[in-house]
Amino acid sequence: MALQEICGLSDAPYMKSRTHFLKSTEEEMKNSTSNIENCYSLSAPPFENPMQNLNAIQQHGEKSGIKIDFDHGTTTLGFKYQGGVLLAVDSRATGGQFIGSQSMKKIVEINDYMLGTLAGGAADCVYWDRVLTQECRLHELRNKERISVAAASKIMANIAHEFKGMGLSMGMMLAGYDKRGPGLYYVDNDAQRTPGNVFSVGSGSIYAFGVLDSGYRWDLTDEEAQELGRRAIYHATFRDAYSGGIVRVYQVTKDGWINISNTDCMELHYKYAEEKK
Amino acid sequence: MFQQMNIQQNFPEYNIPGKQHHDFSPYESNGGSIVAIAGKGYAIIAADTRLSSGYSIHTRKQKKTFKLTDTTVLGSTGCWCDTLSLTSLLAYRMQSYVHTHQKTMSTNAIAQLISVMMYNKRFFPYYVSNVLAGLDEEGNGVVYSYDPIGHCEKTTYRAGGTAGALLQPVLDNQIGYKNQNLAEKPEITKEKAISIATDTFISASERDIYTGDSVVICIITKDGIEEKTVQLRKD
Repeated sequence: MALQEICGLSDAPYMKSRTHFLKSTEEEMKNSTSNIENCYSLSAPPFENPMQNLNAIQQHGEKSGIKIDFDHGTTTLGFKYQGGVLLAVDSRATGGQFIGSQSMKKIVEINDYMLGTLAGGAADCVYWDRVLTQECRLHELRNKERISVAAASKIMANIAHEFKGMGLSMGMMLAGYDKRGPGLYYVDNDAQRTPGNVFSVGSGSIYAFGVLDSGYRWDLTDEEAQELGRRAIYHATFRDAYSGGIVRVYQVTKDGWINISNTDCMELHYKYAEEKK
Repeated sequence: MFQQMNIQQNFPEYNIPGKQHHDFSPYESNGGSIVAIAGKGYAIIAADTRLSSGYSIHTRKQKKTFKLTDTTVLGSTGCWCDTLSLTSLLAYRMQSYVHTHQKTMSTNAIAQLISVMMYNKRFFPYYVSNVLAGLDEEGNGVVYSYDPIGHCEKTTYRAGGTAGALLQPVLDNQIGYKNQNLAEKPEITKEKAISIATDTFISASERDIYTGDSVVICIITKDGIEEKTVQLRKD
């Protein structure tokens, strides 16, 4: 027995009792799904600097035909006007050259008074928007009042800052209505956070901005604003290959958000062509 | 591994002639395809049984569908070891859900669980293509499809895996009736869905080297899960 101890045999894995293994297996299982208990705790990669090294693995994979393509690509826009906040988005999700979906929901309903748009990595945006939804609800329960758009966007910016440099890809707008009136914030993966009146995010944003800026006024009526948003997204889907599908328009007023329309951009194309004649 | 790379760059005098540097390549593509179709009162999910790597075939009899509950089946392909670790973790989590909540998980709860579990590995993703098929609370079919880091979308039909890009347009045409300006779009019956799924696999095995041998079709209805196997090309 003494020899056993000198040799360190008792520390060897085959000398451990079965319960030890059950415990360590359970621990491992728990660790591998740690974000179910704590949504901020993601598995660490087996290498440092994930932004650079994950890209290196992916580039190596390109040679061997193993490519991890995350869903990407978007045009989203949002602006404040006299009637509240208007959001319009497309619905195409692309993984590499392949159109993964033509019906994605790029506007996330955080609560009855707040919406978030998503651009960039689809999984990143959806996951962290879900976390934000949870945080907003908790805020409501703790403080007995709805969270302001400023505070919500700050939570999002803090999350982005926590993971800054890790390779997350997010460009989101938060739109809502609180006691300060209509709110519109832009938050991205560099943890940049800015309030503003007119935003457009995503690969097709340059095209959307062209239309948006030429037609934007503070005193737009509701119908004019909806049509401006819709038209801007339509023109982006026409020119940007990474945007397309359904044009979704949402509006946030003091009574909460409403979904105005979901129109296939093909339908819009013929409608606008008809108007030109 | 990556530090070694820096040593090579920063201290050229330590370079040994003839020394080879290998990149860290943790992934392997083992191939396979999945097709799932959902309709009123049913959902079907089919996956081929070929497991290969590069140009060699490991086995012709590997099922890629995992029965999770009586109403939910997961199809998973890609890097087979990632599929195995994901599905075993999933089994553990589902069991613990049963003990905590005293009920089996619904299909949409499983769909969300898979999404969260996949996102946990955001910085070192599972290389898998997942499609989940099952029945919702009303007993109608639903299909959920995933990207490698857990973005989940609810649809009614979906193709995934190595022949996914080959099969999805066929399904868009046959099931989604996309861009056809039809006056009415007839509903897809269970029998029609099974025959479309079988046909797509026969076509896929014609053009994709990683798809073939046989296809296992799981037919999910309120009466349980029925399994059918159809033979495909073996070459």
